[in-house]
Amino acid sequence: MNARTFLVRGLLAGLIAGIVAFGVAYTVGEPPIDTAIGLEEAAAAEAPAEPAADEAHTHAEGDAVHTHAAADTEEGHTHSHGDEEEGGITRTTQKTWGLATATIAIGVALGGIIALIAAAVAGRLGRLTVVGSTALVTALGFVAYALVPFLKYPAAPPAVGSGDTIGSRTAYYFAFALISIVAMVATVFLGRWLAAARGAWTGVVGAGVAYVIVVTVAALAMPTVNELGDFPADVLWEFRISSVLSLAALWGALGVALTWLLGRVDTTAKAVA
Amino acid sequence: MSHSVAAPPSGAAAIPAVEIPTVDLRELAPWALFIGLLSVLVVFFVSTDQGAVSLFAGTAIHEWVHDGRHLLGYPCH
Repeated sequence: MNARTFLVRGLLAGLIAGIVAFGVAYTVGEPPIDTAIGLEEAAAAEAPAEPAADEAHTHAEGDAVHTHAAADTEEGHTHSHGDEEEGGITRTTQKTWGLATATIAIGVALGGIIALIAAAVAGRLGRLTVVGSTALVTALGFVAYALVPFLKYPAAPPAVGSGDTIGSRTAYYFAFALISIVAMVATVFLGRWLAAARGAWTGVVGAGVAYVIVVTVAALAMPTVNELGDFPADVLWEFRISSVLSLAALWGALGVALTWLLGRVDTTAKAVA
Repeated sequence: MSHSVAAPPSGAAAIPAVEIPTVDLRELAPWALFIGLLSVLVVFFVSTDQGAVSLFAGTAIHEWVHDGRHLLGYPCH
């Protein structure tokens, strides 16, 4: 087994995961997004005072110059419901080809990274087999880069979030995700060392507790984002559940596909040897 | 890489060693660097471009991946 063995299978597994995630996201995620966009449009039509004036303003500006970042994001807002602008990307395109592009691109990218991490740890995590350590890497990847960031900065549906704070919200999200990932990598080294010195139970539990403490402290220290306003709770719940389901489908399918593909290599190698 | 199978950590000594393949980290490093950079770029374009930060002017990328950006949990707008 070499880097290529892992990478090729990781990219393929990522492609599969992206397609599975698209299926889940399209089925459970699009209905609440449509509802949220409907609410956004209704609010814009109802109260022309602030948001609509703002939109009309950036609209006129947006066609002329695409320079200001805030103008761009505000324009994005109007663009979600108006189909008239550059590219003419309609809602239908957004929820089919657009959504599929996003999930598959992320799936392949994550598949490549996870496969190379799996290659690096194979045979180096206690007595875990290649399939076992790969499954662990995928599971920990889901926790570190999907679940924990979601718990602190959950996904926001359209109509939630001000264009003025997109910069800080994005910075918080990626800063927290980075802390979580770095903490997880450190946790695995810690667990490996503890397991060698004090046994597997101490290693796993000690490292797990250390990770939870680090991300909890980071979550408490970092600013909270709440720009929900009067967005309906049922739509928000439906959207956020569908977001978690999409992420779980992405990572779950990646883990299942990658371990299956690597398991086939594993057994062939054994049969030959 | 060297100590994984041949010399298992204490406590594992009693169990007969099963050959678990490892990958030479020096062989892995350039792949990891290249794929790592490429993946970060891909994640950036799906998650952030034409949102908080714009590498390319306009909104076409933002609009194209709009729904995915929301559902995969990235701050969209």
